[in-house]
Amino acid sequence: MNYFGELFFSGLTRGSIYALLALGYTMVYGILQLINFAHGEIYMIGAFTALIVASVLTVKGFSSIAILVLAAVVAVVYSAAYGYTVEKIAYKPLRQAPRLSPLISAIGMSIFLQNYIMLAQTSDFLPYPNLLPPIPLFNRFSNIIGPSELSIVLTSAILMILLTLFIKFTKTGKAMRATAQDKEMAMLVGVNVNRVISTTFIIGSALAAIGGILIASHTGRINFYIGFSAGIKAFTAAVLGGIGSIPGAMLGGLVLGLAESFATGYISSDYEDVFAFALLVLILIFKPSGLLGRANNQKV
Amino acid sequence: MDNVLEVKNLTLNFGGLQALDNVSLEINKGEIAALIGPNGAGKTTLFNCLTGIHKPAAGDIILHPPQGKSRRLNNFKINQITTLGIARTFQNIRLFGGMTVLENVMIGRHCRTGAGIAGAILRDKSTRHEENLIVNESYCILEKIGLNIYVNDLAKNLPYGAQRRLEIARALATDPFLLLLDEPAAGMNPQETKELEDLIYSLRDDHNLSILLIEHDMKLVMNLAQNIFVLDYGEEIARGTPQEICRNPAVIKAYLGVEASAEYN
Repeated sequence: MNYFGELFFSGLTRGSIYALLALGYTMVYGILQLINFAHGEIYMIGAFTALIVASVLTVKGFSSIAILVLAAVVAVVYSAAYGYTVEKIAYKPLRQAPRLSPLISAIGMSIFLQNYIMLAQTSDFLPYPNLLPPIPLFNRFSNIIGPSELSIVLTSAILMILLTLFIKFTKTGKAMRATAQDKEMAMLVGVNVNRVISTTFIIGSALAAIGGILIASHTGRINFYIGFSAGIKAFTAAVLGGIGSIPGAMLGGLVLGLAESFATGYISSDYEDVFAFALLVLILIFKPSGLLGRANNQKV
Repeated sequence: MDNVLEVKNLTLNFGGLQALDNVSLEINKGEIAALIGPNGAGKTTLFNCLTGIHKPAAGDIILHPPQGKSRRLNNFKINQITTLGIARTFQNIRLFGGMTVLENVMIGRHCRTGAGIAGAILRDKSTRHEENLIVNESYCILEKIGLNIYVNDLAKNLPYGAQRRLEIARALATDPFLLLLDEPAAGMNPQETKELEDLIYSLRDDHNLSILLIEHDMKLVMNLAQNIFVLDYGEEIARGTPQEICRNPAVIKAYLGVEASAEYN
């Protein structure tokens, strides 16, 4: 039972990160019908930024809470700026182009950012300090869920709830939903669609940056390539849940994380990815639009 | 001059097809004008030019807002034109189906409010106040259009006639002074058409609107319009009062063909 609990929570942890990243894919897809392949790189850049800020502040002797807050804020702002700029440079000029063009542009952006970080930093794995606060746990749970896992699950849950409320109730959220359903009509009721698209990229990038900090703190290492593998998994999660659907991305992330964790724990860790993608294939055979994807789904 | 809209020599080509050829028209303040013509005459294309969806190749679209200075609309973006005060509905209904009726109207209201993303996140007092105001105004509009029983239903689940009226409600929510209605009576029975006629009159009077409508229901056009413009193959072939248009041989020819018009004479 303990072993099951351990696997469950480790799956939940992975799943939350996948979900945070998948939200970025699914929001952009909902609005632009574009797979933003550079999204994984934004996540990696967020983690790197936090690492740099944290290293500087540690040398200066800041307290661990101050380091966490400052590093997170700087990383979020910096990543959001990257997300915003990537959209302006690589996608906006191609908005009227055939759908394949911005896709290729996205892949190009992804490769460019990976190589830029590799040259600016290093291609080796760097150790990543654990920035997450040690949450005191009830003793009886401490053997199945660690403090950093708990912070990851909690932070992700809070962010996802906030995002859902934002999309549902705010003016910008309504504008995002309207834009996802009919871009031209949204403009005709006065929505500034360019601003909505920028906002979408900024929100997605901010979530990715937080995901990057969480997971790098958890695994304790980072290099320029972590964005690619995490990005592919998160994209898979978004498709699994029904791309374009926000609750779908959250569910897809959790399902993928749990499936990986149980497959690793009960069968073999060598087959982690095999099971993840076999699950994807199975679900898409029986439900081609994904778990929560519907033909006229409420996207964003 | 008391025009709210002036279109001068508007021309638009789609490849080799002359969609609009030197079209001119004027809408007077407080007037209900109609744009008629056979299918494919370029009526909706003209609406698309007026609302910024198509960029005309030549000619001018000049808007004279009741307040503020006149503007040439040719190079404005779609949402800027909406903010200037032109709203429209569509022939094939284009509601935000996945949103509630209230949200559909609220989203039109938002272009008149200032709160941006910072307000949305912080939810300070003025943002909340503004949000309440929008909800109230949206309720008022829905009540006027007779949709208040559907407030929290998804737009896609509404009956057809109600969806048509919701399109008008959403257009009204952007607070226009010029309303463009694209076949508002399409698919309506005589009773509903009569109600629509009364609604259009009351909209004009209560909201100080000028209205340009595209319509195939000639009875409705003759009842409503003070001024009619007739398009055929992208060209304006006639303009005038309903009585003049009824007797115009070019109009009869366009609608009924040459031989029929010969029989008429």
